[in-house]
Amino acid sequence: MADTSLTMTQSGAPRFHLEEEHHHAEGGSTMLGFWIYLMSDCLIFAILFACYGVLGGNYAAGPSPRDLFDLPLVALNTTMLLFSSITYGFAMLAMEKGAIGRTQGWLAITGLFGAAFLGIELYEFAHLIHEGATPQRSAFLSSFFTLVGTHGLHVTFGIVWLVTLMVQVARRGLIPANRRRLMCLSLFWHFLDVIWIGVFTFVYLMGMLR
Amino acid sequence: MTVESTMENQYAALSPIFGRLSLESLPLHEPILVATFAAVALGSIALVGALTYFRLWGYLWKEWFTTVDHKRIGIMYMILGLVMLLRGFADAVMMRLQQAMAFNGSEGYLTAHHYDQVFTAHGVIMIFFVAMPFVTGLMNYVVPLQIGARDVSFPYLNNFSFWMTTAGAVLVMFSLFIGEFARTGWLAYPPLSNIGYSPDVGVDYYIWALQIAGVGTLLSGVNLVATIVKMRAPGMSMMKMPVFTWTALCTNVLIVAAFPVLTAVMALLSLDRYVGTNFFTNDFGGSPMMYVNLIWIWGHPEVYILILPLFGVFSEVTSTFTGKRLFGYTSMVYATVVITILSYIVWLHHFFTMGSGASVNSFFGITTMVISIPTGAKLFNWLFTMYRGRIRFELPMMWTVAFMLTFVVGGMTGVLLAVPPADFVLHNSLFLIAHFHNVIIGGVLFGLFAAINYWFPKAFGFRLDPFWGKVSFWAWVVGFWLAFMPLYVLGLMGVTRRMRVFDDPSLQIWFVIAAFGAALIAIGIAAMLVQFAVSYLKRDQLRDTTGDPWNGRTLEWSTSSPPPDYNFAFTPVIHDLDAWYDMKSRGYVRPTGGYRPIHMPKNTGTGVILAALSLGCGFGLVWYIWWLAALSFAGVLAVAIGHSFNYKRDFYIPAETVEKTEDERTRLLAAGA
Repeated sequence: MADTSLTMTQSGAPRFHLEEEHHHAEGGSTMLGFWIYLMSDCLIFAILFACYGVLGGNYAAGPSPRDLFDLPLVALNTTMLLFSSITYGFAMLAMEKGAIGRTQGWLAITGLFGAAFLGIELYEFAHLIHEGATPQRSAFLSSFFTLVGTHGLHVTFGIVWLVTLMVQVARRGLIPANRRRLMCLSLFWHFLDVIWIGVFTFVYLMGMLR
Repeated sequence: MTVESTMENQYAALSPIFGRLSLESLPLHEPILVATFAAVALGSIALVGALTYFRLWGYLWKEWFTTVDHKRIGIMYMILGLVMLLRGFADAVMMRLQQAMAFNGSEGYLTAHHYDQVFTAHGVIMIFFVAMPFVTGLMNYVVPLQIGARDVSFPYLNNFSFWMTTAGAVLVMFSLFIGEFARTGWLAYPPLSNIGYSPDVGVDYYIWALQIAGVGTLLSGVNLVATIVKMRAPGMSMMKMPVFTWTALCTNVLIVAAFPVLTAVMALLSLDRYVGTNFFTNDFGGSPMMYVNLIWIWGHPEVYILILPLFGVFSEVTSTFTGKRLFGYTSMVYATVVITILSYIVWLHHFFTMGSGASVNSFFGITTMVISIPTGAKLFNWLFTMYRGRIRFELPMMWTVAFMLTFVVGGMTGVLLAVPPADFVLHNSLFLIAHFHNVIIGGVLFGLFAAINYWFPKAFGFRLDPFWGKVSFWAWVVGFWLAFMPLYVLGLMGVTRRMRVFDDPSLQIWFVIAAFGAALIAIGIAAMLVQFAVSYLKRDQLRDTTGDPWNGRTLEWSTSSPPPDYNFAFTPVIHDLDAWYDMKSRGYVRPTGGYRPIHMPKNTGTGVILAALSLGCGFGLVWYIWWLAALSFAGVLAVAIGHSFNYKRDFYIPAETVEKTEDERTRLLAAGA
């Protein structure tokens, strides 16, 4: 027992309740709760990766990754997302210094990188579908579109959330509640980056080796 | 036929306003359903009329629907579970009657179309909308009280979770009167559940009901894990947590780690059905066995999600009613954690017959048998707690003893089924049905009844009537044995599950006995409802003014019954396991002054609105009413974002209010002493 002031009175008798109102710091569980939620989200991706792992070789006499993937385009796309993570980091540094303007600026740049990522992804999807490589064509394409598309949906929601937070920061400044929300989105955003590195490696790079 | 043309057929000739919903979707040609609908409609009108007449809507909305109080949310979960139990049990009775009748050329009274929906609905409702709400409600009510907290970590999220679960239940109930439910069995295996073989709305109802309710379950899991990790009173280290809280922690970890799998696999099935992808199809490279694997990776942890909290209940009850500290607390905790981990590596035992080969089957057979070791350790801990204890055979203890006797049989038939060669014989037979009802009724339901009788006085301030409780107890226990032992016999004779008619007349007697058992269970349920009513009428005689009617050992018994909104006027400090027993034995004096204002979360109606919109979205997706689905989904986003602009979510209960409440308790305690 390092600190007995909580559990004993000064005379050494056991203390069975706190005299003062015990404050759980407001939002003290939020980061933990959000982290647990992210881990559950991670499991959804785990299942989609597993599906791709099992079904990714079932081309049903249709196109294979080598026929479809355009690595330079995906590399460009990956760059966009990785940059967006860096710029989100800059936004958090600005937040720590309490600089509202710079925080908002970096958040906006992050959002733009995210949007560019989505734009390129949609272009890639449109191109594939135009070539006849639709999600219905084979189990490989079903699991490809679902895995990559679910990640894309997450980025979309991330951008909606980011815009919402920018409005809230503009209205109320960097109050503790807003800082906490920015921290949560930060976790979310970097998490999507990590997932994408998995997608890039496992789906695109290793797909080209098949 | 190509994939594209199937998809075109599926969406051909849709009404832009009503999708595929039309007057023909109403089951007007099914007299059973029409009569049920009439009864439900009359009952609802009577209920709505009564609520309006007594002007209760405002009260319900302000005090219950929008509440963020974990105690009230817990009670609402229990009510949801109870209502759905009646529905699920009605399905069970229908099946028992059908099977008892359909011999000697008789077709029984249910068509195949209807019977298949009944057994699917029974399974889905009993697991997702009876057992889950009961278990979640129990944890919601008890855990914050046991750890000396004022509420859960995220009170608003808690309210939202409850309403999402309810929205899922409502969607299943819709399927009774609008369209139909799935005819696939409770896990909707493809290819049967794919669009080609189940083109109707049944599987879609199934998917969206589970998706909506699943959001609620997952978020409530996140919430309770965070609560247990972060909100414990000072001094309560992990190994001083009550066993029920430990089991709740493990269960919620399991929820967080298992339900995303269900969400993902349901999403993939819906893509197959709506978009025409090929995850679980027979052609274009799809793999139906992928679905079976994935759904059981969720499904096996799910059965431990259900049973673990009840193991906690039995531990609390045994130690309270024998007046002893629980035997082997540490081993109990470790057994719980080991079960939590093992529950993830046994899923394949649900389909040994898939053909994975001898080595894979052996691995999963052995891991399955290994689970019986920590479970057996628990059983011995309870027995050793009872050994030389002063056992009080109150209702919670009676249910516990019934559980121990019943569950052991279910556990042993489980070990038997874990032997792959035996499973090849018994797979999908009534032996399996008997086994899992043996553990779910004998474990989960008996545990819930123990818990309800144990914590009811805490929640409502008066005990439940013991006479009607005992009537219910004996009817349930004898009814259970009569209803399910014949199924073991039938299963050993090779009768498979989900059969509607039978050829061999020598089997009929067993089904008649089983139907008789179901009738006894019906009496048990009725007696329980009578028990609630009688207890309410006799509440003044049954009143608990002490807050500690059973001479309890954990913190929830240190506060009043029912507890005030803020649970504890002062945050308790914990020195020992069985904190309240420790306080009592060391001459703790309850403080009667020096109150401070208490910080509490504010009520909000957002959870109700979001769940209603999700229900609209689900209904739109089931019936291909795209505008409704899109509009409701946009509504969900808009309301959720709008809610995030509300920063004023808390308030203080003034010290004077606390003082008034606590003085009232002081008066009651003095009157009782």
